[in-house]
Amino acid sequence: MKTSSIQTSRRFAWLPAAIILLALVPKAQAHIVPGEAGGFESGFHHPWSGLDHICAMVAVGLWGAQLGGRAMWLLPVVFPLVMSVGGFLGLIGVPLPGQEIGIALSALLLGTMVCLEVKPKSLIWPAILVGVFGFYHGHAHGVELPPGESGLLYSIGFVIATGTLHLCGITIGLLHRWAAGRMTIRVAGAAILMCGVYFLWAAVQPDANKSAPAKVKSSAVAPANLRRNV
Amino acid sequence: MSERINKRTILAAACLTFFLCPARADAHLVTTGLGPVYDGIGHFFLSPGDALAALALALLAGLRGTAAGRRALFILPASWLAGGLAGLMTMGWTPLLEEVTGALSFLLLGILVATDIALPTAVVAGLAALLGGAHGFFNGLGMHEAGTGQGALELIGVAVTLFVLVALASALAVTARPMWARIAVRVVGSWIGASGLLWSGWVLHGLK
Repeated sequence: MKTSSIQTSRRFAWLPAAIILLALVPKAQAHIVPGEAGGFESGFHHPWSGLDHICAMVAVGLWGAQLGGRAMWLLPVVFPLVMSVGGFLGLIGVPLPGQEIGIALSALLLGTMVCLEVKPKSLIWPAILVGVFGFYHGHAHGVELPPGESGLLYSIGFVIATGTLHLCGITIGLLHRWAAGRMTIRVAGAAILMCGVYFLWAAVQPDANKSAPAKVKSSAVAPANLRRNV
Repeated sequence: MSERINKRTILAAACLTFFLCPARADAHLVTTGLGPVYDGIGHFFLSPGDALAALALALLAGLRGTAAGRRALFILPASWLAGGLAGLMTMGWTPLLEEVTGALSFLLLGILVATDIALPTAVVAGLAALLGGAHGFFNGLGMHEAGTGQGALELIGVAVTLFVLVALASALAVTARPMWARIAVRVVGSWIGASGLLWSGWVLHGLK
């Protein structure tokens, strides 16, 4: 039994490398229909364009895997839905105060939950926490939409990318089965927590608030670095 | 020996004739199209707004069991065809209304799939009729606007593809017995619902 599982693991050892290679492939752009291809691509790249968003998404997946059972799918279902509510309000121009601080807190608190492996008795509290932070992230993306894109394709790409980030977190969270894996996940949570501290520090800087309106930086094509989405 | 040469000569002559009279390649059929029925078949590959709405309904019907799946299998293509024919006879294509309908379809059906609410079969059938009628109507309006004059044939292609799509997707959802498989279907629903809400935000944003 063990031998067959090892053989299966070896057989699929190429899969992560193939997925990474496919994810990094540049666009072909042979025949571009203006707006359409750009819409999906922009939406798909958007969640990957800021470390704060990546941290929060992966943390949700990790925490879901730590909680196990229904939580593993409940949190990733709640986050995109609530995030789309935030995105909707951002798109129609409803303001949200403390947006940057909320986003920074999402990485900080979700990282803390993963690091300390917090397991509330009821799933309501994790769902509320994840939902609130999903709202903040969605709103941030809603207000910084790139102009002239296809709304439908952008939305589909955005949601798929967000879900993929959750799946990454859940997949990493499968390490939770082993003692060493549990420790690894908690260390990952600590790293997310530290990122959250940095984001919070950056968010409360006086310059950050002054430059807040300049968030129309069209992060759709921005490289993934420490620069935040908002 | 000579017979063999003759055969070779004949074959070479035939090949030469064949290569001397090639038809146009038409690699990029943007202007010519593939013919009305095939254009209709290709519709769902080029229109994610229609394809994902149909997929969401098929998954919803599949989650509700075989009876709902069977009804959706026939009602959705039939209503799509009927709506399309009505649209072909109507003037005044409005892209905005089409987008609103698409976004609301995504939102409603996506949430119903994500929450896995135990809807009666009749309600699923009604939703299939509504979805098919509305999306088909806008397809028909668009075809009328394009003025190809072969909209009915295109709609037949659309309906045939829809039948296959619903059959595959609803069968997949019906056979999703393990918990993880059912959850995967519900996650797809939540993604479609989230896309619908964001899409409706885009539509409203465009109105400002």
